[in-house]
Amino acid sequence: MTGNTLLSVEDVVVDLPTPRGNLRAVDHVDLTVGAGQTLGVVGESGCGKTMLSRAILQLLPKKAKLSGRVMFDGQDLLQLPPEKLRKLRGRSLAVVFQDPMTSLNPVLTIGTQLIETLQEHLELNDATATRRSVELLAAVGIPAPEQRLAQYPHQLSGGMRQRVAIAIALSCEPKLLIADEPTTALDVTIQAQILDLLAREQRRRHMAMILITHDLGVVAGRTDEVAVMYAGRVVERAPTPALFKKMRMPYTEALLAALPKLDAAPHTPLPAISGRPPDPTRPLQGCSFSPRCRYAMSRCQREKPGLEAAETSAHQFACFHPIETHADANV
Amino acid sequence: MLLFVARRLLYLIPVLIAVSLLTFFIASLLPGDLAYTILGDQATPENVAALRKDMGLDQPVWIRYFGWLGNILQGDFGRSFRTGQTVLQAVTERLPVSFELMILAEIMGLVIGVPLAIVCAARSGSAFDRFMTGSAFAMLSVPAFLSAILLIYLFAVELRWLPATGYVPFTEDPAGNLRFMVLPALTLALAEWPGIMRVLRSDMIATLQEDYIALAKAKGLKASRILFVHALKPSSLTLVTITGINIGRLIGGAVIVETIFALPGIGRLLVGAIYTRDLIILQGVVLLVAAGFVIMNFIVDLLYAVLDPRIRHGHA
Repeated sequence: MTGNTLLSVEDVVVDLPTPRGNLRAVDHVDLTVGAGQTLGVVGESGCGKTMLSRAILQLLPKKAKLSGRVMFDGQDLLQLPPEKLRKLRGRSLAVVFQDPMTSLNPVLTIGTQLIETLQEHLELNDATATRRSVELLAAVGIPAPEQRLAQYPHQLSGGMRQRVAIAIALSCEPKLLIADEPTTALDVTIQAQILDLLAREQRRRHMAMILITHDLGVVAGRTDEVAVMYAGRVVERAPTPALFKKMRMPYTEALLAALPKLDAAPHTPLPAISGRPPDPTRPLQGCSFSPRCRYAMSRCQREKPGLEAAETSAHQFACFHPIETHADANV
Repeated sequence: MLLFVARRLLYLIPVLIAVSLLTFFIASLLPGDLAYTILGDQATPENVAALRKDMGLDQPVWIRYFGWLGNILQGDFGRSFRTGQTVLQAVTERLPVSFELMILAEIMGLVIGVPLAIVCAARSGSAFDRFMTGSAFAMLSVPAFLSAILLIYLFAVELRWLPATGYVPFTEDPAGNLRFMVLPALTLALAEWPGIMRVLRSDMIATLQEDYIALAKAKGLKASRILFVHALKPSSLTLVTITGINIGRLIGGAVIVETIFALPGIGRLLVGAIYTRDLIILQGVVLLVAAGFVIMNFIVDLLYAVLDPRIRHGHA
């Protein structure tokens, strides 16, 4: 992105030791997010998107091995002493998790969970913190916010809980919000509301956001740039309009084709991507997508394609036979 | 919440009735005739028959049971035929000793076990954690009489800091009372802390995997706040259960520890009653102790509701 880069992920690798061998969850990923920008990270379950977000937040499981650099606001988060990292988290770097049923503490009131964040990072007395909490709950669209403060998470619906989680994330005016599948666990009727809420608050606070999702439809209208992940790697990366105008990576195309379309005739079979992602403990020599790719040639099984620039340097993809050129390669 | 308490209280009634039945019938199954025991070998058959009639022993067992139960409901638990002391007198005289011992032992057990559990859970898999888990396992297999003897040897014989045996009531000499109580309470606590630590440690480790703990970290909270506020409370349900069971068990007195340290508690009262075939005392004390145990469990149920709002609001 141009000018002031807020976050840049450089050559990040996450390895998880498992009983079946080493699992490379994130494989040499480079990403940048500019201040106030939105990056969409898209991919199937298990493609490493959540591990990538946990790597940025330094919330990986204890036994995970992480290498590379995560530059946030001029500091490498990997080198930061724990106390400084703690002061950054929740203050400038906030997160909304996937499942609001499990991400709020069941034995603490909504008020406690909001106020503790405010008081941890900002010097607020109880009265001010309480007032701020009420304002935050009102801002995320929770009715009767004063009464909610004394309630416990189980007394709220899933959508309301996700709003509370968003209020907590927004409480200290972070510079970057990582939303890890924020609507996956919610009813479809609520999903758009939550995404709109995130977009509105983002604009209002001039906050950068990483929106992680498995749904290309979600990122289409709501992001500045999209990174498509597959088997731990970024396989295509482009400004959102460019990507949807001309996607180059066959995986991206397959993902988009797998979305149900409203204008399709009834009983049209969905072109699901056949097969499953490769076993991450048994890395392939060639392109990870080659076993499932309908354009794959023998070279794809032998060599791993790097992430290369297409027409513009902003649009990158990792494929030997990108779409549009497949006609001449395919014979 | 009131409804919850009322419903739990209602459950207590059948449990207490069952306890009274068991207590009475087990005692009446004991071989030997109470009248013979009281009168001794010199008794004439006429004397025995007269006494049996007098005590109602010639009545069928269920009539005796209802007579006994009726008396209890009026507050009369019976009277020892040896000392003439009523059951209630004997129990109220001994209970403070066992109760104090129980409270001190439980406090010591928790003071040792809880912090160790938290540290071990926070650093699970570390050398410290493995050492403490191993030590806890070893301590579980040390019987109370052995640790009692070792403690007496160390603190009473070698260091001469504390008395080995004896008792003064707290009301007469609080400091002296505590000096007598430390070693027996510590003996019990040494047996309690491993269970406390192991249960809380494993529950804490499970809790620390939860999403809300990851969020608490992502919120930038201090490690101490995450452990004590976010993780400890949702991990304490099993801890409360076993503490409740421990306390309930110790209401009945710690027979071995009370005997070794010569403490006049409920445990020694019971053992004495068994040796002297003092059935009235035995029945009454067992019933009271069982009632104490049941009530303790009732309190544990209430504590669950305090700890977890979902139980309080009838969701779980």
